[in-house]
Amino acid sequence: MKQSDLKLDGNAIAGLLREIFTMEMTTAQSTCAGCGKVHAVGRVDVYLNAPGAVVRCPACEQVLMRIVHARGRYWLDLTGTRCLEFEAPSDLSV
Amino acid sequence: MARAAVLGRLTWQLGEVAEVIRETSRVSSLVLDVPGWPGHLAGQHVDIRLTAEDGYQAQRSYSIASPPESPLVTLTVERLEDGEVSPYLVGEVRAGDRVEVRGPIGGYFVWRAGEERPLLLVAGGSGIVPLMAMIRHHAAAGATAPVRLLYSSRSIEDVIYKDELGRLSAADKRLTVAHTLTRSQPPGWDGYGRRIDGEMVAEVAWPKKDTPAVFICGPTAFVETASDLLVELGYDAAWIRTERFGATGG
Repeated sequence: MKQSDLKLDGNAIAGLLREIFTMEMTTAQSTCAGCGKVHAVGRVDVYLNAPGAVVRCPACEQVLMRIVHARGRYWLDLTGTRCLEFEAPSDLSV
Repeated sequence: MARAAVLGRLTWQLGEVAEVIRETSRVSSLVLDVPGWPGHLAGQHVDIRLTAEDGYQAQRSYSIASPPESPLVTLTVERLEDGEVSPYLVGEVRAGDRVEVRGPIGGYFVWRAGEERPLLLVAGGSGIVPLMAMIRHHAAAGATAPVRLLYSSRSIEDVIYKDELGRLSAADKRLTVAHTLTRSQPPGWDGYGRRIDGEMVAEVAWPKKDTPAVFICGPTAFVETASDLLVELGYDAAWIRTERFGATGG
């Protein structure tokens, strides 16, 4: 099996991101710290065949995020994401 | 409902299987009754979690096939022989059983009936599932956007929702369904009989001047091929939303 066959997209980590951010994040816009391209989180490349999730820029393949959920904790590495832009919830009491 | 479907903390709930519908030899639909379901959007998915007696847990995502108009949550699941979850969901689960579910999840791969741009849906295998939610939503809401579906299956026996797609497209001239069967075709087959290619896409897809909204779902290689063909046809990548199932699909 080729690595490229294992490529998923941001839809595959929608549940994981919602655990962390407590809101829908696949419509958020992420800016790659490497090439500067902006993509919806639902569009980015995701690999789950690692300890955790590895998120890569679909334009330049730089790692945008690494997310590990283990032993009751999260590790969220956003080094490769220059900016994550998303709509503020209008009703925070939900 | 739309806000409820995208906001708030995700919690695991027990959904009761109201009905199991056999779709093909390897695919079944589970109709779930989830108490307090907040409603969902066409294209969203849920996570299902199974727990073994020794505490081992396995979790997978499954697309919702039922439209937002339905209070029940229908998941259509393809059985993967080496899978941890799908062999239980397709084959073991019976009406009255309960499964752990959380959702709805996702907001990127979503279509709403109020959108008026022509809609192009491209499905590979069980990638039809979230697109079927959109087609059912379109029918239930009486949406005005014209819809074209290009649906690739291995054989006629593998076509999920075949009868329903036939009924819906016969009843509504705004819905056109084009099938391609990649491995075998029945006698007298008048659809396509090959893998998706540029000629097929050019025949089925809306002209680029119509600036359609596009949703592609299926195995990763299928999705990338379909997406590339549409861009070669002159489509703007921003019109295209994709959902990849990985190597196996489902």
